[in-house]
Amino acid sequence: MDALILARIQFAANISFHILFPTVTIALGWVLLFFKLRFNATGDQKWMDAYFQWVKVFALTFAMGVVSGITMSFQFGTNWPGYMKVVGNIAGPLLAYEVLTAFFMEATFISVMLFGFRRVPNWLHTTATFLVAFGTTVSAFWIIALNSWMHTPVGYEMRDGVAHATDWLAIVFNPSMPYRLVHMLLASGLTATFLVAGVSAWRWLKGDRAPAVLAALRTGIYAAAALIPLQILAGDMHGLNTLEHQPAKVAAMEGHWETGGHVPLLLFAVPDEKARANHFELAIPSAASLILRHDPAGVIQGLNDFGGKHPPVAPVFFSFRIMVGIGMAMLAISWATVWMLRRRGQPSVWLARALVAMTFSGWVATLAGWYVTEIGRQPWLVTGVLRAADAVGPVPANSIGLSLALYLTLYAGLLIAYITVIFKLAGKAVKAGKQAGLNGPALPQAAG
Amino acid sequence: MTDLIMANAAHWLPIAFAALMGIAILAYVILDGYDLGVGILMADADDAERDRMIASIGPFWDANETWLVLAVGLLLVAFPLAHGMILSALYLPVLALLLGLIMRGVSFEFRAKTDGLHRVWWNRAFVAGSLLAALSQGYMLGVYILGLQTGWAAMAFGLLTGVCLTAAYGFIGAAWLVLKTDGALQAKAAARCRNLLWLAALGMLAVSVVTPLVSDRIAAKWFDLPQFFLLAPIPLVAVGLFVAVWLALRHLPAADDRWCWVPFAGAIGIFTLGFHGLAYSFYPFVVPEKLTVWEAAAAPESLMVIFIGACVVLPVILGYTVFAYRVFRGKAGELRYD
Repeated sequence: MDALILARIQFAANISFHILFPTVTIALGWVLLFFKLRFNATGDQKWMDAYFQWVKVFALTFAMGVVSGITMSFQFGTNWPGYMKVVGNIAGPLLAYEVLTAFFMEATFISVMLFGFRRVPNWLHTTATFLVAFGTTVSAFWIIALNSWMHTPVGYEMRDGVAHATDWLAIVFNPSMPYRLVHMLLASGLTATFLVAGVSAWRWLKGDRAPAVLAALRTGIYAAAALIPLQILAGDMHGLNTLEHQPAKVAAMEGHWETGGHVPLLLFAVPDEKARANHFELAIPSAASLILRHDPAGVIQGLNDFGGKHPPVAPVFFSFRIMVGIGMAMLAISWATVWMLRRRGQPSVWLARALVAMTFSGWVATLAGWYVTEIGRQPWLVTGVLRAADAVGPVPANSIGLSLALYLTLYAGLLIAYITVIFKLAGKAVKAGKQAGLNGPALPQAAG
Repeated sequence: MTDLIMANAAHWLPIAFAALMGIAILAYVILDGYDLGVGILMADADDAERDRMIASIGPFWDANETWLVLAVGLLLVAFPLAHGMILSALYLPVLALLLGLIMRGVSFEFRAKTDGLHRVWWNRAFVAGSLLAALSQGYMLGVYILGLQTGWAAMAFGLLTGVCLTAAYGFIGAAWLVLKTDGALQAKAAARCRNLLWLAALGMLAVSVVTPLVSDRIAAKWFDLPQFFLLAPIPLVAVGLFVAVWLALRHLPAADDRWCWVPFAGAIGIFTLGFHGLAYSFYPFVVPEKLTVWEAAAAPESLMVIFIGACVVLPVILGYTVFAYRVFRGKAGELRYD
C-alpha cells in the first residue's frame, strides 16, 4: 500500500479512537456537576456516592482522551504537513485557542475535582467540577469550529496558494458550525447518559439496590429521553444545511444517483458505484424529497451530476443508516424506560438488559455519524481548497506501516482494558454494597 | 502606534513566538521531567513506596503534560514549515515518545482501578512508558542538536543524550520526591538523586562540548569576545548549582526537614540554565542551520490573533497552576478520590 492510504488509515484510526473519550467526558462532566449540585441542594449522600463512582470513570476517560489527543497534535506535522502549509493560518489560531482556553483549565482543575474534595471548601470543589465540564465544552467549540470550517470554508482569501484569514468571526461561526456543534454536543450527551444508564442498569441487575444506582440510572435515562428528540431535530437541520453546502454528501447518504424529484427514502439498499445504481432497495416513495425539500416532488441533485467529484457512496450510505438506526433505538428504549420508571419506580428486567446492551451505543452512533460527514467530504480535506492527496508528507510507507500496526495493537488493547475496568469498577461497588447488606437478590435469569 | 507595531509585526512576532515556545518547552521539561522521573524511579520501589510516589505526582501530571501540547501546538501554528520538517525527520522517535506517553498516561488511571496481577502489569507499563518517553525525548534532542542528521554518529549521540536526559529526569524526579515525601522513601530518593546528578551533569557537558563542534556559527556565538565573558556565568552558575545540590544532598534528609526544597530548586535552576544555553546557541534557527524563525513563521495577522490570546490567557493559566500547587502542597499522603 502507498503512503497516502496508510497515512489516511492511521489518521482515521487515531481520530476514531480519540473521539470516543471526549464524547464521553464532554457530557459526563455536566452529569457530574448535576450530581454535585443535587448533593449541595439536598444533602443526600446518594448523590455524592454517584459522583465518586462516576468521577473515577471520568478520570480514566479523560486520561485516555489526553494521551490520544497528544498523538493527534503530532500527526498533523508528521503525516499531513501540507495541511498546515496551506490552511495553517486558519487552523493554527483555532487549535492554539483550544489549548490555551480549554486544555490547561481542564487538566489543572481535574486534580481538584478528583483529589480535592477533602482539601478545598465545598464551593470550590463544585466550581472545579464546573470548570472542568466547561473546559471540555470550550474545547469542543474550538475543534468543531475548525472541523466545520474545513467543510464550509469562508472568511479567507488565497494568496500564492496559502489561505489567509480575512474575517475571524465568519471563520469561527462558519455556515455548518452551529449545526455541527449542537449535533456533536447532543451526541456527547446521549453517549454519556446511555453509558451512565447502562452501567447503572448492570448494577441494578446484579441486585445492587444502593440509592446511588437508581439515582444515576434515573438521571441518565431522563436526560437521554429528553435529548434524543432534540438530537433528531438537530440532525435533520444539520442534514438540510449539508444539502445546501455539500449536496454530493447528501446524495451519497441517500444513495441517490439521478437528479430528479419524488426521491424515495431508502430504508435499505446496496449502492453499487460501478453500475451507478442500488441493489435490493427497500424504500418509502418520495419520502427523501419530503424530508429534504419539504415537498414530495422536490428535486435533489444526483451523484451522477457532480462531474465524478463525489465521495465513496457505500461507506457514507451505510454509516448514515447505522447512526439513524441507533438513534431510533435510543428513542424507543429511553422513552419506554421513562414510562416504566414513572409507573413502577424501577426498570423492568428486560428494559434493564436492553440498557446494558446499549451502554456503548452512543460510541457506535457517534463514529458512524463522523464517518458520514468526514468520508462525505472526500476527496477534499478542505472543501474546494485542499485535497487529502496534496497534504500528505514525505514519510516512507514502511515507517507509517510500522506506526499504524503499533497504534492499532495498542488501541485495541486499551479499548478492551477500558471497557473491562468500567465494569470492574461497577462490580467492586456491587460487592461493597453486598458487604454493607444493601443489596437485593441478583436477577440474572428472572423473566420480565 | 498601532501601525508601527503592525509594520514590524513580521519581524517581532516570530521572535515572540520563539520565546513563548521556549517557555513552554522549558516548563514541560521541568514539570513533566519530574513526573516522568518519578515514573522511572518506580522501577526500583516496593508497593507502598509506589503508591506514595504516584500520590506525589497524581494531581499534577495532567497539567504538566499539557505544556507539551502547548509547545508542539505553538510549533505547529507559529512555525508550520518547521513542524513538518522536524517531525517528519524524527518520525520513529516521535512514535516511541507517543507510545510511551500513552502507556504511562493510561497506566496511571488503570493501576489505581485494578488489583492483583493486573496492577503489577499496569505498574510495569507505567515505568516502561515513562522510560520510553524520556529516552525518546533525549534521543530527539541529540539528533536535533546535530541538525537532524541521519547515520550512525547521529544515532550514537542521540543514544547518549537519550540516556543522559533520562538520568536528568530521574534526578529532578528524585529531587521532587525529597521535597514531597518523608521517612525512608525520602532518604532513598536523596541517595538516588545524588547518583543521578553525575549522569545529568555528564549529559550537559556532552551537549556543551558537541554543540559548538558541530557548528562554527554556534562556536563563534559562544567563544568570540566579548560574548565569551558575558556568557561565562551560564556554565559557571550551572556548575555551582550542581555542587550546591550535591553538597546539600549529603546532609539530607535533615532535622525538621529543613532544606528539603534545595535539590528541586537547584534542579530547576540547572534545567533552566541548560535550556537557556541551547536556546542561545540555536536562535534564530528553528530547524538548525536550515530554517530561521522568520522563514518558518505563519502569516503575521494569524500570529497576532494567537499572540493577543496568549497574552491574556497565559497569566490566568499561571495563576491557577500556582493555585493547584498550593492546594496540593506539603507532603504527599494517600491519594483519595473521596
